[in-house]
Amino acid sequence: MSYYHIEKEENELLARVEEISGEIVTLCEQCGICTTSCPMAEEMDFTPAAIMHAVKIGDRAVLDSKAIWICASCFTCTVRCPRGIDLAKVTEALRQIHLRKNKDYINLEEVKEEELEEDLPPIAVVSALRKFTG
Amino acid sequence: MKHLMANLIKVKIIRRVSMTRIGVYVCHCGGNISDTVDVEEVAQFASRLPDVVVVRSISHMCSESGQKAIIDDVKQYKLDRVVVAACSPQFQGSTFEKTLIKAGLNPSMVEMANIREQSAWPHYDAPEEATEKAKVLTAMAVERIRRTKPVEREAIKIGKNVLVVGGGIAGIQASLDLANAGFNVYLVEEKPTIGGHMAQLSRTFPTEDCASCILSPKMADVADHPNIHLLTYTEILEITGSVGNFKVRLKQKPRYVDADKCTACGECEKVCPVNVPDEFNLGMTKRKAIYLPSPTAVPHAHVIDENACLGIVPLRCGECAKACEANAINYDDTPKYINLDVDTIIVATGFEIFDARKKPQYGYGRFQNVVTALELERLIVEAAEGHFIRPIGKDIAFIQCVGSRDKQVGNLYCSRICCMYATKLASLLKRADPSRDVYIFYTDLRAYGKGFEEYYRKAQELGVKFIRGRPGELEEDPETKKVIIRVEDTLTRKIIEKKFDLVVLSVGLVPSKGTLKIAEMLKLPRSSDGFLKEAHPKFRPVDTPVEGVFVAGTAQGPKDIPDTVAQASAAAARAMAIMNRGELELSPIKAIVYEEKCDGCGECIDACPVDAIKLNGKASINAAVCKGCGACIPSCPRDAIDLKIFSNDEIMAEIEAALKDKKDGEHRILIFADDMCTYTLADGVGTSKMKYPADTFIIRVPSSSRVTAKMMIKAFELGADAIFLGECEEAVSPYPGTLKVIKENVEKARKALEEAGIEGERIQYSTFVTVMFPKFVKIANKLHEIATKNEISMEKRRRLHKIEVME
Repeated sequence: MSYYHIEKEENELLARVEEISGEIVTLCEQCGICTTSCPMAEEMDFTPAAIMHAVKIGDRAVLDSKAIWICASCFTCTVRCPRGIDLAKVTEALRQIHLRKNKDYINLEEVKEEELEEDLPPIAVVSALRKFTG
Repeated sequence: MKHLMANLIKVKIIRRVSMTRIGVYVCHCGGNISDTVDVEEVAQFASRLPDVVVVRSISHMCSESGQKAIIDDVKQYKLDRVVVAACSPQFQGSTFEKTLIKAGLNPSMVEMANIREQSAWPHYDAPEEATEKAKVLTAMAVERIRRTKPVEREAIKIGKNVLVVGGGIAGIQASLDLANAGFNVYLVEEKPTIGGHMAQLSRTFPTEDCASCILSPKMADVADHPNIHLLTYTEILEITGSVGNFKVRLKQKPRYVDADKCTACGECEKVCPVNVPDEFNLGMTKRKAIYLPSPTAVPHAHVIDENACLGIVPLRCGECAKACEANAINYDDTPKYINLDVDTIIVATGFEIFDARKKPQYGYGRFQNVVTALELERLIVEAAEGHFIRPIGKDIAFIQCVGSRDKQVGNLYCSRICCMYATKLASLLKRADPSRDVYIFYTDLRAYGKGFEEYYRKAQELGVKFIRGRPGELEEDPETKKVIIRVEDTLTRKIIEKKFDLVVLSVGLVPSKGTLKIAEMLKLPRSSDGFLKEAHPKFRPVDTPVEGVFVAGTAQGPKDIPDTVAQASAAAARAMAIMNRGELELSPIKAIVYEEKCDGCGECIDACPVDAIKLNGKASINAAVCKGCGACIPSCPRDAIDLKIFSNDEIMAEIEAALKDKKDGEHRILIFADDMCTYTLADGVGTSKMKYPADTFIIRVPSSSRVTAKMMIKAFELGADAIFLGECEEAVSPYPGTLKVIKENVEKARKALEEAGIEGERIQYSTFVTVMFPKFVKIANKLHEIATKNEISMEKRRRLHKIEVME
């Protein structure tokens, strides 16, 4: 495993997410209560706690994660965080970074009707549709 | 090299015979002052000040020869007041007070001009400015001492009676220490036995001593001690008065069993038909309506629970009385009301465990296999004695930080003991049965105490698995009733799922109801965690802000047994330190009411942060309670309230002297500095030779809340260019609550300034602790900038004269 360097660019991700979300991500103490409260955690490539940690150290891989689109915005993490961090806002901020660049996670035209009814998390659709409005 | 002239003594001619005769002594401080300040020029200047009859400049005023000069001059020149222009009064003030007593004068008749810390040192690179400032500081001291009245130091008699509230380990330790030192102790406990939570524990970390084995001898000592009056089953109804004179009203509930006759044979329990949950086992077992509160109860006697007993009213059972051979049962017992006079109070009202039902996602109270750590303590103790209350099982999990470090339940603090008690309980379980699989789910493991880290290591050696992660919610298997935990192992990012036979919630500590009650009764402030607040977090850790009231144990905050015992002994020692002298000298800085001016409006009562003012037609001050902040002064619409030292007259004299003879182009900034923080800080800035503008003049006050809006306006009228009020940060302030008074005064004064066309920003205020050196310098520079940006015209200053300031 190679070293992970924390440079200016990494710290910029933290600053950007904190700016958009209004939350202090460095408050996170990595207890993991969010992860086991999350109904979608099993499906995620980054657990909610891992998302928070990635933002803290500026790991931009989190921007390419599926997890931020799998998040159902149910707010269970938010109401349980012992540090009082609104994790849903942090995840929304990560999505916003994409949406503000006019970058879609899904292309609505390619979504089939069956998919809409079955697997696709509703928030992903909502996120896609509300781009440019954030 | 002026300090070489240090021994040169100047005696000025006696100019006139006056009622007031002041001697001024200017100190070289062996060059510390005289290298920068022209002390001879200051001495010459002082000799022209009113009522000054003798001036000397001396190398070291604080030396024996310096002090002797004062004593000799008092006799020879019949001085009645003295000004020492030297260092900080916080540094040598008490020296010169003693000198005055030796000279036969009242100690309040000396004033120090702080020309070292406030002039020679911070302005070391500007000797001329420093000398000019030293002159003004000396004039301020002279003008002030001219208005000073002698203040008799009041002392109250203090006896040797102490009330200890709470009979847990803290109360027990404090009582024994005080009783052994010969003090008369009243130990009050609301439960029918002493011992507190410690009596319920299995073993104590990190040594694994049996808790009740080490506690019960101490409990027995309390019962036997001739100096301890043990009042169990007793609640406090009311406490009034103050240090040296607390009046306590108690209600002792009826036991219905004569504790002296009862042999605790237990025959009564066998015949009692009533079963109710046993509090000592947290309701996991039953007890009878007549019961022994704990196996090691002190007093070692049964008690009848009047709410459960069938026999008391109406008499329809009576089985226990028939079974009692000692004839100890008395159904006609009544509450006893007891009045005590005590001199000091130790509050040791302890904690309660966090109610785990407030975290419903952990299922406590719903899932049969979820228990609290305190319940597990009792299960282990009872099992060791052969009573198996419920199975413990093989797969056991501890969940840490339940009710602690959790914003969602409002408790941000760490409860400090849960990491180690969970480690202890896990170790005990694992050692009793090594085939058990024991997990501790934690966020941060805090093994900070003596021997804790080694104990943590031992638990790991035993095979206890510490997993870093906090479960979100628990689930109960509907068939097996096992508890399913899902938790993220935050070190591997794996989500672990496992079924457990028993889940133990490591519940935190919260203030007990008794703590809240006594806090209200004695007006003890609480910190943001809800526990009692100490008078100073570093230097007065067992004092409360209420004089004569001390705090010990978990009433002050979560802590383990060794810390509790240490704090209890400390509180006992602090109480002894007051009581042993037999006499308590009250600080002379107290509020006084000019009765002829007071119309009894009561405005001052709300302004007082410590409730020292009562209204008996007119306002009257309880001197034992008053802390002398002066926050009441601005509230009085009739100027009927004042401080005995730092009086309105004295402060106004300093203000006038600071602004007198101000030349064109000069600026004067007044800094009111509270004695404890801002004044000390300014001394520190000077000692560090950090530079700030020399047009700043510091006026020492107990609290800036005593500076009225009228004073500020008058100062501007007389030539002030900016005013600053410094106060302690609330957390360390001896007078919490004064900041809002300061804010109100400043707002009133700013409004009046603006009415006259003067910028309101010329008045500033802020809070400090004593180490904020750069903040002080920054503020002094900012004030200088504000003061010099624009000139205040004479016309605007005159306009102020006509503006009425509503106090």
